[in-house]
Amino acid sequence: MNKQLTFSMSKMIITIIMALLGIIFLLPFFWMISTSFKIEADVFTYPIQWVPPTWNVIENYTNVWSGDYPFVLYYWNSIKVTLTTTFTSVIVSALAAYSFARINFKGKSVVFLLVLATFMVPTQAILVPQFVLYRWLGLFDSHVGLILLGSFSVLGTFLLRQFFMGIHNEIIESAKIDGANHLRIFRSMAVPLIRPGIATYAILRFIWTWNDYQYPLIFIRSNEQFTIQLGLRRFADEFGSFYTLIMAGAVSAIVPLLIIFIIGQKSVIEGIAGGSIKG
Amino acid sequence: MEPAKQYTAKPIYDEAKPITNAGKPKRRKANVRQIKETITGYLFVAPMLIGLTVFFTIPIIATMLLSFTEWSFVSSLDKVKFVAFDNFIKLFKDATFIKSLKNNFFLLLTIPVTAAIALTLAIIINKQVYFKDVFKVVFFIPYISSIVAIAIVYQVLFHPSYGPVNEFLMSIGMENPPKWLADIQFAIVSVFTIQVWASIGFYMIIYIAGLQGIPRDLYEAADMDGASRWQKTRNVTIPMLSATTFFLIVTGIIYTFRTFDLIAVLTAGGPANSTTVIVYYLYESAFINLKTGYASAMSFILLTMVLIITILQWIGQKKWVNY
Repeated sequence: MNKQLTFSMSKMIITIIMALLGIIFLLPFFWMISTSFKIEADVFTYPIQWVPPTWNVIENYTNVWSGDYPFVLYYWNSIKVTLTTTFTSVIVSALAAYSFARINFKGKSVVFLLVLATFMVPTQAILVPQFVLYRWLGLFDSHVGLILLGSFSVLGTFLLRQFFMGIHNEIIESAKIDGANHLRIFRSMAVPLIRPGIATYAILRFIWTWNDYQYPLIFIRSNEQFTIQLGLRRFADEFGSFYTLIMAGAVSAIVPLLIIFIIGQKSVIEGIAGGSIKG
Repeated sequence: MEPAKQYTAKPIYDEAKPITNAGKPKRRKANVRQIKETITGYLFVAPMLIGLTVFFTIPIIATMLLSFTEWSFVSSLDKVKFVAFDNFIKLFKDATFIKSLKNNFFLLLTIPVTAAIALTLAIIINKQVYFKDVFKVVFFIPYISSIVAIAIVYQVLFHPSYGPVNEFLMSIGMENPPKWLADIQFAIVSVFTIQVWASIGFYMIIYIAGLQGIPRDLYEAADMDGASRWQKTRNVTIPMLSATTFFLIVTGIIYTFRTFDLIAVLTAGGPANSTTVIVYYLYESAFINLKTGYASAMSFILLTMVLIITILQWIGQKKWVNY
């Protein structure tokens, strides 16, 4: 079999065609980045100048980052909310997932079915009662409120449950014989064994929380609490015609995620393919 | 069932354990262990269960109850007025609601379109290119990008008079290119296009995983029968991927009904409600027009539809999927 090792001309040609297609596919991103480097007068020149005729990078980005809009604050808010949500969500999901996969408790199938049922519910259908509840509990317009909404993930529980079920039975059983209780097994054996699964879910949760627009839109009111997505939207609304600045803002919102995605690319893609999940 | 059998039936959890000639003390010990196990199990799921109950289950019940009332959440609870089915009757006479339903069904067409493009890409990327992993990343980037940022970029790209898309169309000789997001007819088409573009990566990754699960000997058998490449795709690949396709259709339907961020940022349902969808109209009614009961009735309908889809999925999985 002449696989891989031999160079194939037709494969090369297809690769080049696909590469061109890939570039076209990503054109909106190139346009965004290139515009964020330009001066305003060059934004709509046609044919499109992908390489800015006049570079204006530093001015645009300093304008976004230290102008009237506190992008630094939005960023900080997003980082805080996203990291805490990811952390609590991983713990809560892992505990539940371990229980569903490894503990033989009475009524498990009923509980599991109940958890499963909430998964199908479109989040928008329950925004109103959540809003009323949040005002009663004093969670409205607070980061704690946002974090709580993202912390109870059925998807995370399913994904991690798959991983916990993949652990060999003998490992758990022998630990039990040695007298370890479930908390001990969970902490010192099961969780370390499924580290790749945890990484996948943590990255996905990070991405989903960072990109979320709906929950901050409903549950955050004051400017000081804004996440980057809300901040970007408000910024775009008010700087309507300063396209270079808007694009610099958009690039700032996307880049940290791109970095995380490229670092954790394998876990994300495998996690999505294996767990077949969608947020 | 005769009573005698019921009496002697053992609890299920006991059956897995080796049956020794258990005397009473041993049985009790096993019971104590089982009770401990059950308590531990519940302690582990407790954070999740409490969170889901408080933030999701109770709101689901509340939304159903509120759908039979007239209320605005800015007023106090004693202003809640029971109106039976009034909200539902009004809804089906509400042109905007009907429009949003229609748009939701129109957007469902993104599923087959995306699936077809993604499957083609998956087949090519899986076997016929170098740097497979790079291609996976390239097509996946829109899926992980912030919808707010994407929507803002597309607003400018689709700008009716000086957006690059129309500049391009005019330069190749189109005299009156559509006004895209500003046009009642084309706005939903723009939403459709962006939706397809943003979901291709997800579909493709799932299809590539599916392709890798097809046993190679099926293709070898087809080769021996002298099947062409197209025949192999048509008769081996596509049927073998039916479970994957089914999964994508189901998640796609549910995802389409949830499309909120894109609409909210890109068009806010406009122009003239031409791009509104159920969840956006629901949001508008609840949080802008402050009609809590009315919005809850929409939630009720939405929940019912999702429930029906879920049930159909359970039935369908057995019937249509070829493994």
